[in-house]
Amino acid sequence: MSQSAAVLQKIDAPQVNDWTNLGSIKLSIRNLNFYYGTTKALKNINLPLLTNKVTAFIGPSGCGKSTLLRILNRMYDLYPGQRAEGEVLLDGQSILDPKLDINLLRARVGMVFQKPTPFPMTIYDNIAFGIKLYEKIPKSELDGRIETALRSAALWDEVKNKLNASGLSLSGGQQQRLCIARTVAIRPEVILFDEPCSALDPISTAKIEELIDELKSRYTIAIVTHNMQQAARCSDRTAFMYLGDLIEFDETSKIFMSPSQKQTQDYITGRFG
Amino acid sequence: MTDHTVKAYDEELQFIGGRLSEMGGIAEKMLVDAIEALSRLDADLARRTMDRDPKLDLLQREIEEMAVLTIARRQPMANDLRELVAAIHIASDLERVGDLAKNIAKRTTKISGDIRVPRTLIGLKHMADIAALQLKNVLDAYAHRNVAQADDVWRRDADVDAMEDSVFRDLLTFMMEDPRNISFCTHLLFCSKNIERIGDHATNIAETVHYLVTGDPLPVDRPKGGSSGAESASAGVE
Repeated sequence: MSQSAAVLQKIDAPQVNDWTNLGSIKLSIRNLNFYYGTTKALKNINLPLLTNKVTAFIGPSGCGKSTLLRILNRMYDLYPGQRAEGEVLLDGQSILDPKLDINLLRARVGMVFQKPTPFPMTIYDNIAFGIKLYEKIPKSELDGRIETALRSAALWDEVKNKLNASGLSLSGGQQQRLCIARTVAIRPEVILFDEPCSALDPISTAKIEELIDELKSRYTIAIVTHNMQQAARCSDRTAFMYLGDLIEFDETSKIFMSPSQKQTQDYITGRFG
Repeated sequence: MTDHTVKAYDEELQFIGGRLSEMGGIAEKMLVDAIEALSRLDADLARRTMDRDPKLDLLQREIEEMAVLTIARRQPMANDLRELVAAIHIASDLERVGDLAKNIAKRTTKISGDIRVPRTLIGLKHMADIAALQLKNVLDAYAHRNVAQADDVWRRDADVDAMEDSVFRDLLTFMMEDPRNISFCTHLLFCSKNIERIGDHATNIAETVHYLVTGDPLPVDRPKGGSSGAESASAGVE
């Protein structure tokens, strides 16, 4: 579809502004615009992330889904020239406020990246590192926290006898679960997954998906994925984005069985471009 | 509709669509011929009708195999997934329509030499014509993805049910009048039940077309016209 045709169609796109009856909202994104220098990458995004639900973001490369994720824990602050306008509220508190303590925000909103990023240290220290940044706790309690985190990430049984081995010695799937354990150890409220399985084999992918399903009872989760089946399997609600616009946001079953926007349907059925 | 980026995907869907329209054509022809053979008690036409059934079975198998293969290969979503699920359902309904038409034809060959009360055939022919029109309309609705036409077929199933009741009462009367009519009329009772079931399959297809196009199912309860107890009379398909 041509870009102009896409824009014309978007005029009819329903605005996701009526959030009543959706349930408890953990993060609310309203009128959000984002700029890379002078380039506008997100255009007036309105979207809630519901408490203890998994929200998937899908769309072609460059649609702004990872950009949106990076706003939710102010990751973009690391780069000059990038700025967000609008409102993002975490439990009613603005996270775009320049006076906000970014470290505290990132403790509440954890992130797991596309490529596993274990630190070049032992499995134990990989997890202890994050906890020590935020808390001073006795060694015995730290041990317990590390075991709990590794169990939460379904990795404990595989590493319990080699906690002093390097995190880098683990397989790709294990490294990704180590990163999830590291994120969980800090006891965040929201976890952001940016294509967490794109570098993993199907078995490791299944383990991560199983994990996401377990984690959502305790955390609010957002996941960016290029794998449509993964979005369909893992998420409760799905947002389809295109060229910086939010085209459609609805229950995942609705998006994948009968989306209301033609662009969404064309994308998920492989008729795009 | 825009083509898929992967051309082979479109070819698989076209293969299924082509086979399904072929099935629809054969099922419709079988029903019309079975009715014609019954109303004229034409054993030759009845046998030719029965001969078409294996082709219908073969097409159904081809559609199912390709649909399952496409689901496995492409992991379809949204309208593509509904297309494939609909194709499996409709192929199954059409195969059953063929079985029921074959059964009518088979009974025609059995009663063609022993005509008892020809006027009983008038009501049956009328009922079968309604069922055939229902089938034709629902296949048109599928071909054109026409929800309004499909919904209309769905609503009109009550007409076939009401006719079945009327035929049932007529046949019962003839059997009570003269026990020598029992064998002939019993065959016609089975034919009547088969026609009613063909109407049900047309309605199933209407429901599938509605779901295929809108993504929403029709209500579970559909209009029913039967009331005399004909629906409780069981009739097996051989």
